[in-house]
Amino acid sequence: MEQLGIAEQLREKFTGSILGIITHRGQVTILVDRKDLFRICQVLKTDHKMTHLNCLCGVDNLKRKGAHLERFEVVYQFYSIDNRTSLRVKAQIPESDPVVDSITSLWTGANWLERETYDLLGIVFNNHPKLERILTAEDWEGYPLRKEYALRGDKEWKGLEELREKAVRLRKYDFYGAQIEQE
Amino acid sequence: MGKMNNNLVQIADGIKFIPGASAIVAPLNKLINWGRAGSIWPATFGLACCAIEMMVAGSSTNDLDRFGIIFRASPRQADCLILAGTITKKMAPVVRRVFDQMPEPRYVLAMGSCACTGGVFDTYAVVQGADEFLPVDVYIPGCPPRPEALLEGLIKLQEKIMQEQGRWSNLV
Repeated sequence: MEQLGIAEQLREKFTGSILGIITHRGQVTILVDRKDLFRICQVLKTDHKMTHLNCLCGVDNLKRKGAHLERFEVVYQFYSIDNRTSLRVKAQIPESDPVVDSITSLWTGANWLERETYDLLGIVFNNHPKLERILTAEDWEGYPLRKEYALRGDKEWKGLEELREKAVRLRKYDFYGAQIEQE
Repeated sequence: MGKMNNNLVQIADGIKFIPGASAIVAPLNKLINWGRAGSIWPATFGLACCAIEMMVAGSSTNDLDRFGIIFRASPRQADCLILAGTITKKMAPVVRRVFDQMPEPRYVLAMGSCACTGGVFDTYAVVQGADEFLPVDVYIPGCPPRPEALLEGLIKLQEKIMQEQGRWSNLV
């Protein structure tokens, strides 16, 4: 299998950084130590023509069991349009220092995907051109996709509280609201 | 004069038309309400999947135009805000701003479960009902409501407008 061949080549080249190779239903995944992630991506892009970044996302492994699994992982889906091969790379990221190198300089499409991962899981991407929240509001607190984050949130977002106050303040200018105010 | 009264044509509740004279006789309140109910101009504003149903309601099968309902591209020309879809917390201040830009008289329709109550999205990111920050006039349930349901809601709004008293002057 061609994907497996790529994985084995990477294992020879980056001994120690490839934590494992997993095959599932014909799809090959390599678990990677984050310190060599950028160089591995570089090799995949130049040597194996993985010109297309299909997807990039983060995972919270809090309740997952498995060898070499850290608290977080960032999952990269690569596809080579020339060779018609795909490969999945999972970078392991510890909770104490959730930092990984950005690959935006290699695939520009990674820009917003990395921002989303940062926004929802709090994983920081080194050398990212503009690492800011993208889905939640700029002044949002907490990282919603972390397992410890409550579904309804621990406390209300400041912006909505201000909006509620504003709605009460402006009620007197509204036809029915003014009637309520008078009573 | 008595003879003339017999010729009056009732065109709506309490609104009479004098044939041949191009004149309408009605209490001012009713006349204004009648005019408003027949020209609800909603802002072209969609939030999520309900907006698709709203667009369908506007197209030829249901044809909102026949009720005088014409979508306006600017909130400054609109007097109705149809909240068609999920209102996320990040979007809520924007929705409020659109409403604030609309001149009186203005009405708000909450279309679909999300706009009414938050719907299935009882989460950190979604406002649990538009009435948290807007004065909603009509609630339309459904996920999404069919175009007929939106039509029903707009007719309910027309009925509400027809019942209003003195929403045209502070002197009344």
